[in-house]
Amino acid sequence: MNAYWLSRDRLDALLEALKRRGYRVIGPVMREGLPTLAPLERARDLPWGVEARAAPGRYEVREDAPKARAFDFVLTPQGWKRLLFPPERLLFRVRRTDLGYEVTTPDPEAEPPLALFGVRPCELRAIQIHDRVLSQGPFADEAYTARRRAAFIVVVQCTRSLETCFCASVGTGPEAREGFDLALTEVTDGFVVVSGSFKGADLLQEMDLPEATEAQQREAREAVARAARSQRRRLDPQGLRDLLYGNLESPLWQEIGERCIGCGNCTMVCPTCFCTTVEDGSDLSGREAWRIQRWDSCFSVEYAYIHGGSIRRSVASRYRQWLTHKLAGWQDQFGTLGCVGCGRCIVWCPVGIDLTEEVARFREQHAAVAAQEEQP
Amino acid sequence: MQPETLNHLAAGPGRTFRPLWARVLRVRRETHDTWTLTLDTGGPFAFAPGQFNMLYVPGVGEVPISISGDPTSPGPLVHTLRAVGAVTRALCSLKPGDLVGVRGPFGTPWPVDRAEGLDVVIVAGGIGLAPLRPALYYLLRRREWYGKIVLLYGARSPRDLLYRRELERWRGRFDLVVEVTVDHADPSWRGHVGVVTRLIPEVSFDPWNTLALVCGPEIMMRFTAQALLDRKVPPENLYLSLERNMQCGVGLCGHCQLGPFFVCKDGPVFAYPRVAPFLGKREV
Repeated sequence: MNAYWLSRDRLDALLEALKRRGYRVIGPVMREGLPTLAPLERARDLPWGVEARAAPGRYEVREDAPKARAFDFVLTPQGWKRLLFPPERLLFRVRRTDLGYEVTTPDPEAEPPLALFGVRPCELRAIQIHDRVLSQGPFADEAYTARRRAAFIVVVQCTRSLETCFCASVGTGPEAREGFDLALTEVTDGFVVVSGSFKGADLLQEMDLPEATEAQQREAREAVARAARSQRRRLDPQGLRDLLYGNLESPLWQEIGERCIGCGNCTMVCPTCFCTTVEDGSDLSGREAWRIQRWDSCFSVEYAYIHGGSIRRSVASRYRQWLTHKLAGWQDQFGTLGCVGCGRCIVWCPVGIDLTEEVARFREQHAAVAAQEEQP
Repeated sequence: MQPETLNHLAAGPGRTFRPLWARVLRVRRETHDTWTLTLDTGGPFAFAPGQFNMLYVPGVGEVPISISGDPTSPGPLVHTLRAVGAVTRALCSLKPGDLVGVRGPFGTPWPVDRAEGLDVVIVAGGIGLAPLRPALYYLLRRREWYGKIVLLYGARSPRDLLYRRELERWRGRFDLVVEVTVDHADPSWRGHVGVVTRLIPEVSFDPWNTLALVCGPEIMMRFTAQALLDRKVPPENLYLSLERNMQCGVGLCGHCQLGPFFVCKDGPVFAYPRVAPFLGKREV
């Protein structure tokens, strides 16, 4: 793969090239003091000199870092999920006519294609997981599929980790190797760029960039490796599925359930959570009705409602559903963990529940029980 | 306009969530809270016994309802449903000529093709008879292929019995054993009283060569499964149809999960050993 050199002052040329191809470019910009994914007009709107600090239940932004770097915030509070898979969307509208019902459905192909600028490797993996969930099963979400197929993805490799990041342990980062159109690595004075698709290669060719020097490439490699080494949190995927299925009745769930307040923040910020509910509406005349799909959370009591009541009434059972689905069920359903190690669920948990710690506690408990059973 | 001409509108984007339209032909009251809808979908509606449709009333909502008609004779679509929520109440109050949205058929069928040469024990609780009726139609259509066929049906009370006339007709057959029980009898009742599981030790069949199909409230299915296993029906010959919250029917909304399964697409019919580790664990 040829690596090219994109100096900072050519970032605008890259954005222009994307816009010329008809893309609506979305990237990180500062909104109300936070790096936020929104339409990205110019390179100078990127969060230059912004550093984020994250910890369980905490996210802080410092804006006094050296202005030379645009991606040291690492992760925006909200990820890319809402762009390809909106929190709310119209499924269809039904109009009663003399002849019966007439249905109109929004056509996602009519929307301008998206260029996602600044996707982090863990977030790219989350998108690839959504592809499996929403596009590659026996039934597809056509709107997601159309939007995804049209999208152009510019990854920015991670050269810094947040304290809550654990992508290295689950193998989703800090470097993406495939699945992007372009991948940038931020180093001193600019970016090392590689393409990962024909679309990406074509765009690079048009920009006519110089090749990156060996020194620039080495700096990029080392920065990514440093980001991986700096991660202290780990989630060991080994044996995770059996560990969780084997401990469905562990008292630890109850203990977590006493701390968890069941707010569902973790599911809203999780880049792979995909559950939805549907809301039915109609106008007063009864001539027009609609169905709106919204993100839902397995932490809501209604989530598992069937006639007679909810199947999961306790918060403990809802946390268990979330974690076992994410780390065990997903493997059966989609052949992958449902966790990409972004750590957002840790950061945005109001009480700071950290799934890596909870999983470690299950492992300890499991090992202790196994040791006890071995004793005569 | 006939439904088939309406249905060309269903082509195009968003097919997965978009219903076709069916016209209500008949609405028949089965019990005080249960109705059977017969729907014209504009042609024969092919399905396998045990499958379900998502039925939609504009402005009200969409619910999964099992298909309870005869899979062997192509004809209109038949659904039996209990009016328990806003959508089912709206469906039960439809009139002939009204339109109803249909998506389906979805889900795994009863493994009737595995029944050849075996005895078949069907155990139904309450509205659970509705998804089992297509299996029974199928088996009766090819009656000589099977050994004994036993239907054990439990309802809350005599007034909750579904398909009463049909049950009486089935009971009159020499090639079919039908036992009906109610939890609470009324003065007119002369049949069995008690839960349906109590009938299992009483009836005659060859357990090792039996296929068992079970549908009813989850607790009833757990006890029924145990009673059948106690009689040495092989666990892999035991099938249950599970119920969970379903909003899409196609494995996308997430609500119906049970352990690794989406009940809507991996089920609702499951071989017992697949779901046994998750049944009976609280709030899974």
